[in-house]
Amino acid sequence: MQMTMIEALNSALALELERDRRVVVFGEDIGANGGVFRVTEHLQNKFGEERVFDTPLAESGIIGTSIGMAIYGLRPIVEIQFAGFLFVCMNQLVSQAARIRFRSAGAYTCPLVVRAPYGGGVRTPELHSDSLEAVFLQTPGFKIVVPSNPYDAKGLLASAVEDPDPVLFLENIKLYRSFRAETPTEHYSIPLGKANVVQEGTDVSIFAYGAMVNVALEAAKQAQQETGTSVEVIDLRTVWPLDEDAIAASVEKTGRAIIVHEAPRAGGIGAEITAVINERCFYSLLKPIGRVTGYDTPYPVPGQEDYYLPTPAKVMTALREIMEL
Amino acid sequence: MAIQTDPGLVPYQILDAGGNLVGKMPGISAERMLSLYRSMQVGRVFSNKIIALQRQGRATTFGSLVGQEATAVGLAAPMQPQDWLATSYREIASLIVKGVPIPTLAYSFRGFTPENWPAETHCLPVQIVIGTQMLHAVGLAMAAKIAGDPAVAVGVCGDGATSEGDFNEALNFAGVFQAPVVLVVQNNGWAISVPRSKQSAASTFAARGEGFGVPARLVDGNDILAVYDTMSKAIENARAGNGPTLVETLTYRIGAHTTADDPTRYRDAAEVEAWRARDPIARFQKFLIARDLLAEQRVQQLIEEVEEEINEAVRIAESMPPMAPDSFFDYVAATLSPRQQAQRADLLRYINQVIQ
Ligand SMILES: Cc1ncc(C[n+]2csc(CCOP(=O)(O)OP(=O)(O)O)c2C)c(N)n1
Ligand SMILES: [Mg+2]
Repeated sequence: MQMTMIEALNSALALELERDRRVVVFGEDIGANGGVFRVTEHLQNKFGEERVFDTPLAESGIIGTSIGMAIYGLRPIVEIQFAGFLFVCMNQLVSQAARIRFRSAGAYTCPLVVRAPYGGGVRTPELHSDSLEAVFLQTPGFKIVVPSNPYDAKGLLASAVEDPDPVLFLENIKLYRSFRAETPTEHYSIPLGKANVVQEGTDVSIFAYGAMVNVALEAAKQAQQETGTSVEVIDLRTVWPLDEDAIAASVEKTGRAIIVHEAPRAGGIGAEITAVINERCFYSLLKPIGRVTGYDTPYPVPGQEDYYLPTPAKVMTALREIMEL
Repeated sequence: MAIQTDPGLVPYQILDAGGNLVGKMPGISAERMLSLYRSMQVGRVFSNKIIALQRQGRATTFGSLVGQEATAVGLAAPMQPQDWLATSYREIASLIVKGVPIPTLAYSFRGFTPENWPAETHCLPVQIVIGTQMLHAVGLAMAAKIAGDPAVAVGVCGDGATSEGDFNEALNFAGVFQAPVVLVVQNNGWAISVPRSKQSAASTFAARGEGFGVPARLVDGNDILAVYDTMSKAIENARAGNGPTLVETLTYRIGAHTTADDPTRYRDAAEVEAWRARDPIARFQKFLIARDLLAEQRVQQLIEEVEEEINEAVRIAESMPPMAPDSFFDYVAATLSPRQQAQRADLLRYINQVIQ
């Protein structure tokens, strides 16, 4: 069936609630309202207020209680209304959810999924567009998943729920309704930790995730048409831990790499990928690695955000440089 | 929804829903009352205007102020110029009363950061992260106390915000440090789609004051005189060195949460209609007309004047130049690192060579 990412996520949540009695879904405005983006639409009606419910407006409360539930044996899937508000519950996420297994030497675990919309280009108020994934790189214990299309979103969410540890599941707001893709109505899963080669190429590898996969594909198309450059585009799908084998295999083939993300550059996924390439395939490199990212500033206001975000043109500039065109 | 109250904690009213005087008139001049009335109209017209602009693609997301004008105006009107105000997005009318120019606010809803924010009004930019501004208000008040200045701070948030840790920490700090602060909860019945009853099992938010040793007042938030009177006393009490007050105002969000929200999904039209009957502007208007302080024929004319004022403010805002595309680099820190300077140069090259 052709689904938007919202419909695909909704379908995944409904299937998880159906398949597994331990699954509970909660957050702010996710009940009657179906979530501010409608990802949880109809779930409360279908599965009841015991398993799908609104909470008081308290992110730390949401994460803190979900940790208790996960330890008890439930499988909470909670929503933080916008990723920018993950800051409000950092203590519960970083020093608690991610460390339950560690602190108890495995006696207790925290199989928890935290969903949060993120990403720019949709003219939102402050802190509604920020990309926070890199903030969690120094939080061992968390996996970070960022789907780029409806099919992946559904399959990756299923795996996130089945994962024995906490997963941060970041959903790009711009991708929510921007296109439909063929998506099975039944349950399926896509493994966490595995990148996806969405377009094979031989001259240069572009690593991207979320909304930046399409930006990379567009630039790749343009590069092919205008300069005959063969671009390999890799969708990371899981941004932490990185699929280092996929990264190394691609760079060993192409000898050139560009990383695209909308999060700020400093200490980002791009920096980590650069380090991985350095460690694993330095001698395959023909040119310095390029990064096309958000700038090292706060995410700007709607009137300026188009300048902040990576675009196909910005990626093209990086491609020309790396290909010496 | 029925107004929930503790026994013994009855909402303070001066005007009933029909505009009849049921309490003691505060010491307030006729001229002052007319100015409060006009400010309430300004708040409503501004809100409706920005929402109309948003529908035409000329403004960004906006949260309706309609129905909450008495609280917004009444909480700011008693403040002095040296007093500080920290609000959410719902108190734009408070900022206008405190002196923030309307074109400046209209410009912000074009999707830009006003680069001429009037710092001397002592209004913090509206807070989006729910509840956090309450701690800032307490800190501003603690600073005024440490400095020995006769300044008070007012922090305002919604009913939903009371569930955040920051709100409760603000009350606690206010009490422990006897900060000259007034913390206001605009209880408008809803936090987007979540009703007041799901934020707290307690019957009022005002009741929370006791747990923190902070005196609390429960007020009819649609009664401008009651809000004005309560706030005047709480602010002057703080200024006199007698510590903080928590004020809960009972009001209602008549409009959608924001232009991105559809309230028909989660609340009954009947509830909205019941609250329309308690409209804060209509109530005060009845009172002013009955007292011969406002002529009935004058009302329409006054609304038109206000509309003209708002239209003119929007014209000014729309004629202001957009922010420079790279100006977001200007405000990250006092100085940019070499790396940020290089990124800025990159962006300017992109703008000049690629997209122009
Ligand atoms: C920390 C945080 N969490 C969630 C949101 C999203 N959000 C914006 S407004 C809102 C409801 C606020 O309700 P309330 O405090 O009652 O204020 P009101 O909008 O009714 O004035 C929510 C959940 C946010 N802005 N900040
Ligand atoms: Mg509210």
